[in-house]
Amino acid sequence: MAYSEKVIDHYNNPRNVGSFQKDADDVGTGVVGAPECGDVMKLQIKVENDTIVDAKFKTFGCGSAIASSSLATEWLKGKTLEDAQKIKNTDIVHELNLPPVKIHCSVLAEDAIKAALGDYQKKAGEKKLKPEAATTSS
Amino acid sequence: MKLPIYLDNHSTTPCDPRVLETMLPYFTEKFGNAASRNHSFGWEAEEAVEVARKQIAHLIHADAKELIFTSGATESDNLALQGVVEMYREKGNHIITGSTEHRAVIDTAKYLEKKGIKVTFLPVDKAGMVSPDDVRNAITDQTILISIMMANNEIGTINPVAAIGKVAKEKGVLFHCDATQGVGKIPVNVQEMGIDLMSFTAHKIYGPKGVGALYVRRKAPRVRLEAMMYGGGHERGMRSGTLPVPLIVGFGKACELCEQEMSTESVRMAKMRDRLQEGIMNRMDEVYLNGHPTERLPNNLNISFAYVEGEALLMGVKEIALSSGSACTSATLEPSYVLRALGVGSDLAHSSIRFGLGRFNTDEEVEYTIDRMIKAVTHLREMSPLYEMAKEGVDLKSVQWAAH
Repeated sequence: MAYSEKVIDHYNNPRNVGSFQKDADDVGTGVVGAPECGDVMKLQIKVENDTIVDAKFKTFGCGSAIASSSLATEWLKGKTLEDAQKIKNTDIVHELNLPPVKIHCSVLAEDAIKAALGDYQKKAGEKKLKPEAATTSS
Repeated sequence: MKLPIYLDNHSTTPCDPRVLETMLPYFTEKFGNAASRNHSFGWEAEEAVEVARKQIAHLIHADAKELIFTSGATESDNLALQGVVEMYREKGNHIITGSTEHRAVIDTAKYLEKKGIKVTFLPVDKAGMVSPDDVRNAITDQTILISIMMANNEIGTINPVAAIGKVAKEKGVLFHCDATQGVGKIPVNVQEMGIDLMSFTAHKIYGPKGVGALYVRRKAPRVRLEAMMYGGGHERGMRSGTLPVPLIVGFGKACELCEQEMSTESVRMAKMRDRLQEGIMNRMDEVYLNGHPTERLPNNLNISFAYVEGEALLMGVKEIALSSGSACTSATLEPSYVLRALGVGSDLAHSSIRFGLGRFNTDEEVEYTIDRMIKAVTHLREMSPLYEMAKEGVDLKSVQWAAH
């Protein structure tokens, strides 16, 4: 199968490969997929004042899965949490020209974004429950 | 060294220039129909076919009269299974085959299952080998055919064919062997191996695509087949259709060359393969050999690069033609059923790469491939969350993954 130039570019020069401290308060982590299925994505966001200031990924999967998650980190940087929720897998399909058999890669990337956002929000919510955290955030 | 490098010789091989040269006149001036009995064009074509038949038969120690030309090994497998079942159905309704057979055998067996035939799919051991004892134990008074491959197309494991042939003989059951990957690469002797029917094809042994053969034993026992193709009664009535004379001539020449060169070629092939294996495995951790360590085709190497997905890896070495057992590279979107049958986990099946060396590969290409594989795997492991987790000491098997 021939890959689009954009997929090849992300594969050769993946953006934002790496990891943040998983347990840091300002980090949200999403791990989706399974090794048995041939793809696992780990996507992480770093948040300041409800804005994603940095994003990183690591992906086990085909070139399209790598490109989808690499692209996702690019898009996430600078977005507010609210705007990040709006990223759709179809946007990724469109941007990378993914063929029908590779649509699941984009779905996985969207799931990873949602999971990372969810993880951050869960942490932030727990923080609010603690009185001292509540005062600092108000 | 020229790029791209072709290392997918289990899939197909280039036509040897000596083969092509032998074929050419039969497209133009010697174009006759081998079945035309009344003029010199036909006689010339028939003679060429008979020469080729002898060359092919000689390679497998058969009689030239025992070969039925087909379009390839897939057709030969279909004809063997369906033809025998139809002919011998009154004798019994059970056939035995293996779980790592080529799809041409497995899917034909499944088709026969739908038509009411009982099929036993034998398991294989960790190295991909069928046990002759398992074959023996699976035989019932209803068994009419055993179909076990000579060498596997993915992992190169060579089955104990002669021992299986012996069991078949003792029990009086016909034995078909899909020898597509074996013929021309390792010595094949249908007498000593007790084979009654055998499928093979030209394009895996530096001959043209579009022609194959089914060996059908004529004596002790005389095997009969119901045809699948009806018409002019060619090939002893077992396969009608005008013979593709140029292809058959090429098939013959290809077999002749294999016979002449096998002893030196297989040594050279094994040396390159061993170098490839050492070169990769000595320089990288968590790389696993799939298949049998020694009972393997001299040109085959199948390894899994843990934490890296096969299709992504192929993308990283796209100037080298290889194949992978990853789901993403298969039409079914399932990882290799052959590797699964060996007990290889889905994760490692997704990470497998098959290297198939051939007559025209060089040592220089092997060295280049080693370096490129290491670079590509390293690149992908750096971005693999699984590799990171494994390095942190996380047991990946204990993680609750959300399958999708």
